[in-house]
Amino acid sequence: MVLHKRLRRSAVAITGLVSMLYAMSAQAAYELNMTESVTPIGKQLYGLHMLVFWICVGIGVLVFGAMAYSILYHRKSVGHEAEQFHESTKVEIAWTVVPLLILIGIAIPATATLIELEDAKTDAEITLQVTGIQWKWKYTYVDEGVSFVSNLAQSSRDVIKDPTGNENYLLEVDNPIVLPVNKKIRFLFHADDVIHAWWVPELAVKQDAIPGFINDSWAIIEEEGVYRGQCAELCGKDHGFMPIVVNAVSESEYEQWIAGMQAEAAAAASAATQEWSMQDLVARGETVYQANCSACHGPTGAGIPGAFPAITDSPIVLDADQAAHIDIVVNGKAGTAMAAFKNQLNDIDIAAALTFQRNGLGNSVGDTVQPSTIAAAR
Amino acid sequence: MSTEIAHETAHDEHHDHGPAKGLMRWVTTTNHKDIGTLYLWLSFIMLLYGGSMAMIIRLELFQPGLQWVEPHFFNQMTTMHGLVMVFGAIMPAFVGLANWLIPMMIGAPDMALPRMNNWSFWILPFAFGMLACTTFMEGGAPAFGWTFYAPLSTTFAPASTDFFIFAVHLMGISSVMGSINIIATILNMRAPGMTLMKMPLFVWTWLITAYLLIAVMPVLAGAVTMMLTDRHFGTSFFDAAGGGDPVMFQHIFWFFGHPEVYIMILPAFGVISAIIPTFARKPLFGYSSMVYASASIAILSFMVWAHHMFTTGMPVAGELYFMYATILISVPTGVKVFNWVTTMWKGSMTFETPMLFALGFIVMFTIGGFSGLMLGVAPVDTQYHDTYFVVAHFHYVLVTGALYSIIAAFYYWVPKWTGHMYDERLGKIHFWWSTIAVNVLFFPQHFVGLAGMPRRIPDYALQFAEFNQISSIGGFAFGLAQVFFLYIVIKTIRGGEKATDRVWEGATGLEFEQLPSPPPYHSFNEPPPVK
Repeated sequence: MVLHKRLRRSAVAITGLVSMLYAMSAQAAYELNMTESVTPIGKQLYGLHMLVFWICVGIGVLVFGAMAYSILYHRKSVGHEAEQFHESTKVEIAWTVVPLLILIGIAIPATATLIELEDAKTDAEITLQVTGIQWKWKYTYVDEGVSFVSNLAQSSRDVIKDPTGNENYLLEVDNPIVLPVNKKIRFLFHADDVIHAWWVPELAVKQDAIPGFINDSWAIIEEEGVYRGQCAELCGKDHGFMPIVVNAVSESEYEQWIAGMQAEAAAAASAATQEWSMQDLVARGETVYQANCSACHGPTGAGIPGAFPAITDSPIVLDADQAAHIDIVVNGKAGTAMAAFKNQLNDIDIAAALTFQRNGLGNSVGDTVQPSTIAAAR
Repeated sequence: MSTEIAHETAHDEHHDHGPAKGLMRWVTTTNHKDIGTLYLWLSFIMLLYGGSMAMIIRLELFQPGLQWVEPHFFNQMTTMHGLVMVFGAIMPAFVGLANWLIPMMIGAPDMALPRMNNWSFWILPFAFGMLACTTFMEGGAPAFGWTFYAPLSTTFAPASTDFFIFAVHLMGISSVMGSINIIATILNMRAPGMTLMKMPLFVWTWLITAYLLIAVMPVLAGAVTMMLTDRHFGTSFFDAAGGGDPVMFQHIFWFFGHPEVYIMILPAFGVISAIIPTFARKPLFGYSSMVYASASIAILSFMVWAHHMFTTGMPVAGELYFMYATILISVPTGVKVFNWVTTMWKGSMTFETPMLFALGFIVMFTIGGFSGLMLGVAPVDTQYHDTYFVVAHFHYVLVTGALYSIIAAFYYWVPKWTGHMYDERLGKIHFWWSTIAVNVLFFPQHFVGLAGMPRRIPDYALQFAEFNQISSIGGFAFGLAQVFFLYIVIKTIRGGEKATDRVWEGATGLEFEQLPSPPPYHSFNEPPPVK
C-alpha cells in the first residue's frame, strides 16, 4: 500500500509538470514541433514526420510501460521472487518480425515522397541559381538575367551584443529573393569556396551547396509571405550569419520586381562607364566593405592575425601601383579564403571598395580606383 | 566460497610481486589493471576538459547575441569538444574497462600483449596534449567541426590543422594496437571451458568492437593523410578546382564515422547486459540473440554511412538504399532493448546506483534510438539534417547512452576493483541530479531543431532564446554533477565500506565468483574452473 501512496504522489507530480509544460508551450516562443510548410511536398514531409513520431510514441508507450510495470511490481522490496526463464525463440522471432513490418509500413510512403522530392526538373517554370559564398548568398535568375548578392542585414549586425527586441534578428538580409507563388521553382545550388547548405524550413528545401557540384531542389509556394532560413552546413567563422529571406508574392508583383531589377542593372552598367569622384566612391565603398569584406578583414581593417590579413597598412593596398590590389580583389587568391569578387560584385562596387580601402581604415594612398579600370581588369 | 578465495589469495601473495613503487609504476607498467586505471583516468580528465568546452558553448548560447566569445573561437570549441569527447572520453573509457575486465572475465592472467598495451595507452596523452596545444596557436585550434569536412578543413583551415592530423594518426595507432590486443586476448587466453558462447556479453561486444576499430581506423588515417597532402603537397583529392571531390571526403569520413558510433555503443550494450541481470536476479534473456544482434549491428554499421549525407545530392537510388539499410538497424537494436526489458520482467529488482544508471540508459538510449529512426527516413531527414534535432539525437545516444553505461560500469565494478563500496547515498544523488539535468539540457534541443535552429551556430534568432536558456541551465547542472562524480570516485578509491567478494547478491561471472575484492595484482595465474 506504500506503493500505491507513492504512485499517487508521483501521479500528482507528473500532472503538475505536464500542465506547467503545457502552459509554457502555449506561448508562441516555445515552438515544439517541426515548422509547417507552405509547399505541397513540405506538407508531405510534415505528415511523414508525424507518422514516424507517433509510431515511436506507440512503441515507447509499450516498452516503457512494460518497464515501468516491471519496476513497480517485480521488485524485491514488494517481495517479488525472481523467475528464471531466459530464452524463447518464438518471442525473439516475434519481436524481429513485427518491427520489420512496421518499418516496411514507414518505408512505403517514405519512398514515394522521396522520389517526388528529388524530381526538381519536371515542369520547372523558374530556375534560381543559388551560390554559397563565405558568408553570403548569391542569387541568379537564370532566364531573367537578374543577379545579386544577399548579405546579413546591417540592422542585425548593429545589435549583435544585445539583440533584445530586434525583430528577425539574424534572419534579415539586405537583398531578399522575390519569388512568385504557385509556380514550380527549381533551385540550382553550388558554392564558390566551402560547402554551405541552403535551408528555408517553410519551403522544406535544404540542399548542400558544394564547390564543383550542382545540386537541385524545388518548391511550389502556395501562400504569399516572407519565409526565412539560414545556412545549415558549417562553413567557417560566420556560418551563423548568412540568412536567407524569400518574399513570396503574386505573379504580377514578381514580374514587376524582375523588370525593376533589370532596369537597375542597366543603369548601373551605364554609371560604370562614367568617372566617379573620390567622395562618392569612398562613401559607397564603406557600405560595400562592411557588407562584403569586414567579416574576414574586420570592420576596422585589422584582420585576424594568423587567419585573415589586415587591410590597414597592407603593402598590397599601399602600393601606388594599383595592379596587385585590383588583381587580388577581382580574381581572388587561389588556395586561400580570398574570393574572386568579379563573380559577386559589379564594377562600381569593386571600385568603391578598393577606393575605400586605399583611403579609409587608416590608409591614405590618395588615389581613386575607377569602375572602368575594374571593367578592363575583368 | 569466499574463505576459499581468501585462502588462495594469501597463498598467492607469498610469491606474488606487487606493483613497483612511485611514478615509474605507471610509466612502465604492463599490468592490465594498472593500464585500465590509466585509461579510465585519462578519459575522466578528457571528460572534464571536453565538458568545460561544452560549458563555454552553453554559456555563449545562454542568450541571443554575442556576449562571451567570438564566432571563430566558438567553432574551435564545438570542434574540440566533439573530438575530445569522442576520441578522448568515450573511447578510452571503454578501452580502460576492457583492460580491467576482459582478463578477469575470461579467466586470463593478463592481456595477451602487455608491452603493446603499455604503448597503446602512453601514445594517447601525447596525442591529446598536442591536440590541446592547438588552442594556443596562431589562427587558433581546428574550427571545422569534429567531422572536418573538406574543403573547410583543407584549403580554408588554420595552420594548426597539421597538428590535429598528427594527433588523429596517433589516436588511430593507439586504437588499432589496443584492438589487436583485445582480439588476441579473447581468442587465445580464455580459461579452459570458457567457450565463445559462454563469454559475458561485455567480452562479446568488445570482440566485435575491436574488429570494427581495426576495419575503420585505417580509413580515418587515410582521410587525414589525404587532407595533409592536399594541404601541403599539391594533391587535389578533395579540391574541386583541381579535379577532386569534396563529397568523396564525406563518403570516406562516414565510412569510418558510422561504425565509429557503434564502436562507442556496442561495449555499452555489454555493460548493460551485465548489470540488468544482476539486479533483476534473473539470467539475461536471450543471450544468443544478443550476440547475434550485436554482430548484425556491426555488419550493418558498414553499410549505412551515407545516411549522414542525404542533403549532398546523392542519386535517388542511393538515398533509397541508405534509408532502407539505416532503418533496418533499428531491428537488432530493438531486439536488445526488448531482451533487457524481458530480463527485468518477473525479476526481483533492487535499485542500487549501477542499476539506476542502467535503467536510465535503456530509457534514454531508446529515446535517442527513436530520433535515430526519424532521422533515418531520408525525405524528412532533409529537414532534420544539421539542426539541433541531430544534436539532441546523438547526445541522447552518446551521453545518456555511452557515458551512462560507463558511469554504471564504474559503480558496478569499482567495489571489485578497489575493495571499497562507494557511498550509495551519494551515488543515488549523482544519478538523479545527472538524469534531471541531462534531460533539461538535451530534450529542448529537439524542439529548437525542429523549429529551425541549425547546429554549430554561435548565435541564434530570438525565437530560440527560451529553450536555449533552459538547455544551458541543464548543461551547467549536468557539468557540475560530473565534478560531484569526481568527488565520489576519489572518495571510493580512498576508502569505504569493505566490499564482499561477490559484491552484489545477484552478481555472476568469474570476476565476482572466483576473485576476491580487490583482486590481487596478478590474478588467475592458474586458469579458474568454468562452469
